[in-house]
Amino acid sequence: MIAVIDYKAGNLTSVMKALHAVGADAIATSDSAVVVRADKIVLPGVGHFSATAFLEEHGLKEATEERMRNGIPFLGICVGLQWLFEGSTESPGTEGLKAFAGCCERFGEGVKVPHVGWNSIAVRESRLLRGVSSGEFVYFTHSYRAPVVNGTVAVTEYDLPFTAAVERDNVMGVQFHPEKSGTVGLRILENFVRLP
Amino acid sequence: MTLTKRIIACLDVNAGRVVKGVQFVDIIDAGDPAELARRHAEAGTDEIVLLDITATHEGRGTLIETVERTARQLFVPFTVGGGIRTLDDAAAIFDAGADKVSINSAAVARPELIDEIGSRFGAQAVIIAVDARRAGSGDDPVADAEVFVSGGRKPAGRKVLDWAKEAESRGAGEILLTSMDADGTRAGFDCALTARVSEAIQIPVIASGGAGTADHFADVLLEGKADAALAASIFHFGIADVRTLKQEIAKRGIPVRLPC
Repeated sequence: MIAVIDYKAGNLTSVMKALHAVGADAIATSDSAVVVRADKIVLPGVGHFSATAFLEEHGLKEATEERMRNGIPFLGICVGLQWLFEGSTESPGTEGLKAFAGCCERFGEGVKVPHVGWNSIAVRESRLLRGVSSGEFVYFTHSYRAPVVNGTVAVTEYDLPFTAAVERDNVMGVQFHPEKSGTVGLRILENFVRLP
Repeated sequence: MTLTKRIIACLDVNAGRVVKGVQFVDIIDAGDPAELARRHAEAGTDEIVLLDITATHEGRGTLIETVERTARQLFVPFTVGGGIRTLDDAAAIFDAGADKVSINSAAVARPELIDEIGSRFGAQAVIIAVDARRAGSGDDPVADAEVFVSGGRKPAGRKVLDWAKEAESRGAGEILLTSMDADGTRAGFDCALTARVSEAIQIPVIASGGAGTADHFADVLLEGKADAALAASIFHFGIADVRTLKQEIAKRGIPVRLPC
């Protein structure tokens, strides 16, 4: 069972629909007792980095960390990817999970913000992006970007290069929205769903 | 790697049927929004907008059912507009599977609605639709362009540039700018107005109204500084499909998503 964490920061319908379309047994939950039983965890994300404070307040951060230590696959989407870093200038008081080094920052002046639309990714080999080639397009909508780090498996450039996907062992994240990225996005979700 | 310019197809829907706009010759039932949206996504359209053009209270249930059916097999961004007046209206549309809502008259009447929906669903989920008409007189009819509401029937007593800036400051994620002067003419988008709005704000601008040829799209994406261009009835005339349209505008150096 895949637990899709509902932290009351927006809308889960699209993510649930896409996971079901690739055959996942996924349920949306805000209950840490469900999360600790999950075989996989998806943390979707729209909205503000500060919304992730809900995770800590409801024991979901602890439950997620426990499951991650046990090696179950985790996928963060959009703010869910940003949460894997140390924090974000969007909400300086909110701590991330610190699975990856560095802090997320707002795009610079001189580009339209949010970064909305289809941009291409340069990928290196990873389990999450298996079958996805450099130059393929995915759909982004965000105002803050994660730095390129050890663990970055896809890079996109807007004002500067930023992390479009990270992967280290069982911990994965994508800045773009695979549930809105057509067949490429469904492929990525299917890769995740089929991980052992 | 460059952010591509988006081509957006708009389905105008009345009582669950597409009443004008996009048609494919090989579909017998050209009026089904779910089928048309799916075909469009497959053809390479970057986003789908479904606009409930009647937006009557009586039609609400039909709209929700239409949104659910359309969203079911659609894995590209999906915006729904028409008659959304409250946070609850918006929540029902999101629950039915939309990714963004487009709000027009209701936001002009009560701008706090932008803040409310943005803080609950995120700024990226709120598109403010602005129906604009150039000023009839004055030194700079473009800078003085006015906002109209109620389907373009009533002047709102506001300038387009001021309203776009306010919408941005309240947390709107994008502006959908329709030129009422250009709409329906197929003589091209209002590039001067679009550029003025795009330069005045940092959020993306979707240009609408006046599309007739591939060059019109290229013009508004270049000279008009639009981030995206939306059309409905263009797909009836001259241009067979989105793929062809994108190939044409790519020839003018515009980055577009051309699926492999």
